[in-house]
Amino acid sequence: MTSVLESLNRGLHAAFAQDGRVYLIGEDLLDPYGGAFKVSRGLSSQYPQRVWTSPVSEAAIAGVGAGMALRGLRPVVELMFGDFSTLVADQLINSITKFPAMFNGAASVPLVIRTPMGGRRGYGPTHSQTLEKLYLGIPGLRVLAPNTLSDPGELLRRAILEQDDPVFFIENKVLYPKPVLDAEALADFEIQIADGDFAPTHTLRLKGAPAPQLTLTAYGYMAELAREALTRLAFEHELFCELVVPTQLAPLPAAGSLEPSLAASLAQSGRLLTIEEGTFSLGWGAEQLARAAQQFGSRLLAARRVAAAEAPIPAARTLEEAALPSVEDILTAAREMV
Amino acid sequence: MRAMPDHAALYRQLYTIRRFEETVLDAFPKGAFYGTTHTYIGQEANAVGVLAHLNEGDIVFSNHRCHGHFIAYGGDLRALFAELMGKATGVCGGLGGSQHLHWKDFYSNGVLGSTAPIAVGTALAEKQKGSDAITVLFLGDGALGEGTVYESLNIASLWNAPILFVVENNHIAQTTPTELALAGSLAARFAAFGIPVVEMDSNDVAKISSAAQHELAELRATRTPRALVLNTTRFGPHSKGDDTRDPAYIEELRTRLDPLTLHAAQLPASERQAIESEVDTAVAAAYAQAEADPPPPANHLAKVAPP
Repeated sequence: MTSVLESLNRGLHAAFAQDGRVYLIGEDLLDPYGGAFKVSRGLSSQYPQRVWTSPVSEAAIAGVGAGMALRGLRPVVELMFGDFSTLVADQLINSITKFPAMFNGAASVPLVIRTPMGGRRGYGPTHSQTLEKLYLGIPGLRVLAPNTLSDPGELLRRAILEQDDPVFFIENKVLYPKPVLDAEALADFEIQIADGDFAPTHTLRLKGAPAPQLTLTAYGYMAELAREALTRLAFEHELFCELVVPTQLAPLPAAGSLEPSLAASLAQSGRLLTIEEGTFSLGWGAEQLARAAQQFGSRLLAARRVAAAEAPIPAARTLEEAALPSVEDILTAAREMV
Repeated sequence: MRAMPDHAALYRQLYTIRRFEETVLDAFPKGAFYGTTHTYIGQEANAVGVLAHLNEGDIVFSNHRCHGHFIAYGGDLRALFAELMGKATGVCGGLGGSQHLHWKDFYSNGVLGSTAPIAVGTALAEKQKGSDAITVLFLGDGALGEGTVYESLNIASLWNAPILFVVENNHIAQTTPTELALAGSLAARFAAFGIPVVEMDSNDVAKISSAAQHELAELRATRTPRALVLNTTRFGPHSKGDDTRDPAYIEELRTRLDPLTLHAAQLPASERQAIESEVDTAVAAAYAQAEADPPPPANHLAKVAPP
């Protein structure tokens, strides 16, 4: 099976092959290195004119990408670690996402900023964070987080070539070596796919399972842990869940409603458990639960979050494991809800 | 490249910017506008002198103090008044306001320094596309406090971006004098990155125009970055009424360094008066038209920024 890393690399190669307006800017991109996580490997050899290895200047390369996008190119900016996205926040908030609307629709910024996020690699407090929640809710910014249920590289290729608005593309770094799952790997599950306005949402339940008592929702790497938890809850505890995995984190549907697949699952189960690797408060899960409360009112029987500790992510393996949400945390929360 | 503009044409532009900005400052207290503004009075020769040498398709990036750049670029007075008034006919339909303008290849943003990497990106894009367009980026001395400017100078030089950095050093950032904000030499900042720099101490539009013509010709020939540091004067407040300087000092600056007075000497009095009278009429007419223009439709925001 293809790994997430290989898939993303193929997606970039496909975008470069398909459209001469695609450029890549980032740090340490040149072969044989091909970027710190190797997602960009092979591109600098094949497209030396369009792959620009840059100084350690995250804000400037995001701005340069924005300028290129403003003038009709389709640049991709690679940030070596998602933690460094804070250096790009001004460009993202005050220019990249502002230009299309504040210039009265007369400008567009088809820029993809892609970056790895997440822990479990022992990189410590400033190279392990899941910071995308800081960038959810910025008007005009599409935030995508691929998973193993559909082809991450194809999503990236489409984001580069088909999106006329800026995209923040989050790659969980523990997902890179994981296989993109084929039908055989997912044989135990009944899967429904909703297309969304750009990126799919997958709903999974075990084949032959009774109506769900609980809805789990997770994205990126946490969807892997949630899938494992869903299976164990069924076989070890006879607790039947549905798992809803969005690929697009923002924008959400207008008027405060849930993504339709999530709403459909919740209409059956009445219970919602959100699972994320970002810190607990004021995050992605909080927004899902707020929308669930707004949409379902007293029909919402139980609502909880599993998330990371509200502390810097420790470098020590044992402490890092304790700080980040695990399958066991999901099992415990789920059992307390039903 | 355009021919060197004649003295009358230069004076007309200087005077148009001055009359526009004076009209803005006069009308603000009467409630004609909403929000704030940053006027260009005293710095007119920079925009007029530099932008006299633009070609069609060249890109201009400006800052919060952008009215003069916009007018010198060829922007419409009624559309600019309307933008400040929040009218549908404004440059950006009322969405941008005084410091966020975009028309043709002109862009401005009010976050200091943020435009530097974007402007470099536009210059690199045009070079990649094989067009002849170059980018002119206006920065004030205040923007030189922002780190992203230096990242951008480094990248512009490394990657040979066809861009002219124009620093308008008006010696004051909001209320903070330059000597309290900037260490070292202003020109040396560019030289350190291998960017050729010319520094001028003048409000004389003919001299600035001549220097800009030379710099832009070199830039077009080499397709590599250059810089022009223009030491200048701001006669007005930072925005509307926040000038903390001694009025006597500003009066002294005006007497000695007003770019309009300096250039008026190049024209017969009758010709100068005729220009002034025509411009007065045009600015007043643009203001009246903008005032009569309708506000944006209530659903306009949803059209450009779908929920």
